[in-house]
Amino acid sequence: MGSDAVSGGRRARPVIAMLLPLLLAGCGDGGKAATGKLMLTGSSTVAPLALEIAKRYEADHPGVRIDVQTGGSSRGITDARSGVADIGMVSRALKPDESDLVAHAIAHDGIAIIVHASNPVTGLSADQIRAIYRGQVATWQAVGGPKRPITVVNKAEGRSTLELFLLHFGLASTQIHASVVIGDNEQGIKTVAGNPGAIGYVSVGAAEYAATHEVAIRLLPLDGIPASTATVKDGSFPLSRPLNLVTRGQPQGLAGDFIAYARSAAVHDRVRSLYFVPLD
Amino acid sequence: MSTPGRSSPPDGDAALRAVTGLAARLSGTVVVGIALFVLWQAWPALQAVGPLRFVTDAGWHPLAQPAQFNLLPMLVASVAVTLGAMLLAGPLGLFTAIFMTDYAPPALARLLRGVVELLAGVPSVVYGLWGLVTLVPLLAAWQPPGASLLAGILVLALMILPTMVLASHAAIAGVAAEHRLTVAALGFSCAGSLWGVLLPAARAGLCGALLLSTTRALGETMAMLMVTGNVARMPDSLFAPARTLTANIALELAYAMDRHRAALFVGGLLLTALVLALVRLARGLGCAWRHA
Amino acid sequence: MRDRLSAVAAWGAAGLVLAAFAWLIGDVLWRGLPGLSWQFLVSAPADAGRAGGIASILLATVWILAIAIGTALPLGLATAVWLAEFGHRQPRLQGHVNHALDVLAGVPSIVFGLFGNAFFAVTLGLGFSILSGGLTLACMALPILVRVTGAGLQAVPAELRQGAAACGLTQWTTLSRLLLPAALPALLAGTLLGIGRALAETAALIFTSGYVDRYPGSVFDSARALSVHIYDLAMNVPGGERNGYASALVLVALILCINLATHALARGWQRSMS
Repeated sequence: MGSDAVSGGRRARPVIAMLLPLLLAGCGDGGKAATGKLMLTGSSTVAPLALEIAKRYEADHPGVRIDVQTGGSSRGITDARSGVADIGMVSRALKPDESDLVAHAIAHDGIAIIVHASNPVTGLSADQIRAIYRGQVATWQAVGGPKRPITVVNKAEGRSTLELFLLHFGLASTQIHASVVIGDNEQGIKTVAGNPGAIGYVSVGAAEYAATHEVAIRLLPLDGIPASTATVKDGSFPLSRPLNLVTRGQPQGLAGDFIAYARSAAVHDRVRSLYFVPLD
Repeated sequence: MSTPGRSSPPDGDAALRAVTGLAARLSGTVVVGIALFVLWQAWPALQAVGPLRFVTDAGWHPLAQPAQFNLLPMLVASVAVTLGAMLLAGPLGLFTAIFMTDYAPPALARLLRGVVELLAGVPSVVYGLWGLVTLVPLLAAWQPPGASLLAGILVLALMILPTMVLASHAAIAGVAAEHRLTVAALGFSCAGSLWGVLLPAARAGLCGALLLSTTRALGETMAMLMVTGNVARMPDSLFAPARTLTANIALELAYAMDRHRAALFVGGLLLTALVLALVRLARGLGCAWRHA
Repeated sequence: MRDRLSAVAAWGAAGLVLAAFAWLIGDVLWRGLPGLSWQFLVSAPADAGRAGGIASILLATVWILAIAIGTALPLGLATAVWLAEFGHRQPRLQGHVNHALDVLAGVPSIVFGLFGNAFFAVTLGLGFSILSGGLTLACMALPILVRVTGAGLQAVPAELRQGAAACGLTQWTTLSRLLLPAALPALLAGTLLGIGRALAETAALIFTSGYVDRYPGSVFDSARALSVHIYDLAMNVPGGERNGYASALVLVALILCINLATHALARGWQRSMS
């Protein structure tokens, strides 16, 4: 007998021949609203929220299947445009050149400045933040802290958090002198929590969760307003972005129904459980 | 049944040769497909920006007005991190493999092998997470910012150790039993037989292990993204943050559109060129594939 | 003197490697153990993975792995056999295949993911699916399998081949009864390394098998692999860390089971050959 791994290659051929018709059959399945299937792709920030809302929707509407995939906000835009996805997930407002798409906000997310928990600094002015991020201030001593070098944590190019930050403080991306560049929020939180001299900016909700669960970070107020999901909700906090579901034109059928559900009060607990801010 | 000395192989062998030849051709085609794909994705940027600017621009600012696309700092970071990791993991892996074949009591060798085989399957995110949460803070306390070339080198060395150890071990253990009997019969010392006979005999396999580990190191994405600091500037010391070509792609791809996205793929092309150069170098240094 | 240096280096290296890995695994154990329970292994994820378990993820991972290895092992072994036994008759093709595999080993995982998406998911129409993910992983494991197995085949001494030819054995018989059993350790190492590479992969799977975390109904369904789940919990979901580490521990246990099973299979095959 002997398990002939080489003849396995020969044995595989009839199997592949059998699979081929199945593969082609799978190609014919368009899978859009008419058959009760939806495909969402895009931002990995929005994805966990969309997934949880989709699960609840599926439970209420048996026979409907909603698949959520990630790949980034740019993928969400591209796929919504090309029709690969029924709905795109985008963690920012739409740009002027994206006017062929319609955005439907399902939550808000603030952006908080965070420092290490051991850092005695209680607040920073806009000028101080600008100076720190431009690399003009080398140690915390200059802004009322200990004699410790400042580790500037910045977000990667193209992210909406970065663009909002730059817009709010009137900075250009080329002016920033970062010590560490991060991708997603948790990386930012862990980086700041591991370095007593670090300063960074991440999603308010994620930071709030971490700060209340024994992670060594602290949120700084912005323009005197404390950073929390509460202040983002009541609109007093100046820095926030929408989490959007985008469609090409007005959404029809199942897609429209799902989006309406995602924007309703029925899912506010899901939004809050992920530390985002529900819509009013 | 074949007769010795017959020039054409019997049918069974012809079939074997055909099937395995097909497999080999298929294997050889995969990378061509990937290379073409990367070229296709990178083309818009190569056309719009021109290849020269990818090494001569002022920096990496793809969204600025005017956009800058210098990939050289990322290239240097990739090379530096890989070189450093190989300088650590190469000898460590080789000596661990030697330990397993020639010095360890059988039970210990089996245990060590089991542990290393286990770690070959641990995801890069786990290595990266450990690096971010445990190693980087330690380095930050020593020399801020902590997330640096050094962190990348240490984590990468750890990640490619299983490949290095297991591939080297397979190479050394595969050396014919006669070699070992011969050196024993001739009264070679342990180290003498090892360095004089066994390791040279295993040279092709060891070379393969080195090459496999090095290219794997060059292609590592997630862990590098988490521990090297991702600053797109030319690193000036081991403690400086840097961004590898792979991290560059992974970091910005999610939000990149059009020309920016294509520029990221040019980084992918650079990586392929780097690997090709590496393979040439290995051949040049005598890492020939021995034929049976 | 050289003896002692050699011994010190060997013991030292092994000790250092073992210590480093112990540090890593110890860290994961410490953070992940509190999240482990029987419920964790048998229930599906809930609350973005922070509640419930990973049963559907485990199933998906095993399916993806089965497709990956089921494709890469025959293909890789056949390629290694060709390179070792027939390649010298076509040196240019042999050189190209060797070159191609070396370069393949250096492709970044994210590029594999994007390629897999463009080729398997879009061009071949498989969509986000276990099949797309498994086939992409097969491409990633291929160079390792060929390289390590091939080294073992090439290391078999010429006398063995000559003796077999003198006895009038076909190449097929020589291969299956003599060469492969002799190269078994290398074959085993190559397979385990290939499996490891497949299980460890994250970025490639995000773009091919996808993010959906429900139980897969067939290989054409999208499903989430364990490595993707770990990444999402640890880096994307606030409060997901504990379950992320627990999932990592389950992954390590899964690798252990697979490795033990593979070793046992290899021993069984070796016994049946002799």
